[in-house]
Amino acid sequence: MRSDFECIQRWIKPNSRVLDLGCGDGTLLEYLSQTRSVQGYGLEINPHNIAQCVERGVNVVEQDLDKGLNNFSDRSFDTVVMTQALQAVHYPDLILDEMLRVGRECIVTFPNFGHWRCRAYLGWRGRMPVSKFMPYTWYNTPNIHFCTFKDFEALCFQKNLHILDRLVVDQTHQGHWLSKLSPNLFGEIAIYHLTR
Amino acid sequence: MPVSIPADSVGLVEPQVAHFQQPLKLLSGRSLPEFTLVYETYGELNAARSNAILICHALSGHHHAAGYHSIEDKKPGWWDSAIGPGKPIDTNRFFVVSLNNLGGCHGSSGPTSIDPASGHHYGPDFPMVTVHDWVNSQALLADHLNISQWAAVVGGSLGGMQALQWSIAYPERLRYALVIASAPRLSAQNIAFNEVARQAIMSDEEFHQGRYQKHNTLPRRGLKLARMIGHITYLSDDSMREKFGRELRSGKLKFGYEVDFEVESYLRYQGQTFSEAFDANSYLLMTKALDYFDPAREQGDDLAAALKPALCKFLLISFTTDWRFAPERSREIVTALLEARKDVSYLEVDAPQGHDAFLMPIPRYMEALAAYLSRVANEVSTDAQ
Repeated sequence: MRSDFECIQRWIKPNSRVLDLGCGDGTLLEYLSQTRSVQGYGLEINPHNIAQCVERGVNVVEQDLDKGLNNFSDRSFDTVVMTQALQAVHYPDLILDEMLRVGRECIVTFPNFGHWRCRAYLGWRGRMPVSKFMPYTWYNTPNIHFCTFKDFEALCFQKNLHILDRLVVDQTHQGHWLSKLSPNLFGEIAIYHLTR
Repeated sequence: MPVSIPADSVGLVEPQVAHFQQPLKLLSGRSLPEFTLVYETYGELNAARSNAILICHALSGHHHAAGYHSIEDKKPGWWDSAIGPGKPIDTNRFFVVSLNNLGGCHGSSGPTSIDPASGHHYGPDFPMVTVHDWVNSQALLADHLNISQWAAVVGGSLGGMQALQWSIAYPERLRYALVIASAPRLSAQNIAFNEVARQAIMSDEEFHQGRYQKHNTLPRRGLKLARMIGHITYLSDDSMREKFGRELRSGKLKFGYEVDFEVESYLRYQGQTFSEAFDANSYLLMTKALDYFDPAREQGDDLAAALKPALCKFLLISFTTDWRFAPERSREIVTALLEARKDVSYLEVDAPQGHDAFLMPIPRYMEALAAYLSRVANEVSTDAQ
């Protein structure tokens, strides 16, 4: 089990309704239905991932997040989750609005481009960072909107979003004293719990 | 003739007949005093009677969904690609029931059968039947087979509408509904195509107000035209281009109204074959049943409200090049199901074949069906223990 799912699970109320944007192979939803008895739906566009959701018995709807969430009515979910997809959507700011229109709360996780390794890579080599964690080169990456924690929080401030909880973890989703001290420099992955 | 029957075929099958003496009240207000349904079954019903799947047919389909009637058969049943041992609708695990709907012309009560009251063919006097009525008659067939709950009701196109109606009308009698290449109701364009088809039939001078059997004739030309129009809408522009392009039948232009292009020849052939095998009154009736289906209508056009009673889980599948029942139409159902808080999964399968894709063994489509139904099979067999 990915340990960010462990973190997310704590913020989900039992028997609530969860929408998972870019749900991947449905692991999180399966986990949430087992640990929290949620009624969950995943949205996904990758056929292979969709097939895996079907195999798991997770509700999955083939849908392109870049086309919005018009088919969902206001406040129809308790929590809208999006793990590691914010950086891959065309309009991260609009999808955030949509998440908090459709759900009462939302949980977003994304990689921090302000991490010291990224800074060092760019600073010393002068090239876009490529790592095991983010293995793509600039021209073939699905990640088109990288941001740092500071950027994200600035967006939340601008949109007047209320940050309920925030966790900053490393690649293995463990918290570390350095990332507590200076999250934007030492945190690799952010997990935000927001409401309006 | 198949050289030999393939190992993943249900093999040789025989239609069965169920006769119902009780009257069936129809949506139109009329009723059938008694009626007959012809059906086939494949696989074995388990001891708990929990592994039955109902297959609902589309416009011109019938009870023969899989296998062969005889070793001389050129083709297997209409959905043989999906039904059989080891296939997505696995007859090693499920007991599959497929029937010919009321109003059809393949053995179930319909315009070509004898009206017990008059002793003559019903012809145009056979009452208008709707998706509602079909589902009600299918429930009686389930009673007849002593099946209190279907593991799943499965259908494509008009068959998908029946699966949807099952979920609303008999929520406790199915666990899963699989709605493929379907729509919550026809669009004006869909109805327009149906109307052109009906007009083609009714304006054939051999139609005789539907009493062509009395006149010892058949409105073949009208039915042929109707099917040609239908056929165009079942294929996509791409699939027609790929199949026929602008290929010339004789290699040169004839500068006349005979067949020049391969596509013309194909349509004429398809239309001709169909007009020999299908009854015109049945075609009129089935297209009207399509036009009339609209479960949201009674709920002030609120499909979510109409689907509220459903208790089953849903799988919807659409095909990218299907313009008869485009993916957007399936999405309307998905949206309503989400609104109604039902369990639903939806796949949009990339396929070039148009509406007809739902009958084809497209890998992604078949794999999804197999994965979904495998879970259903596990569930009903666990319950059976």
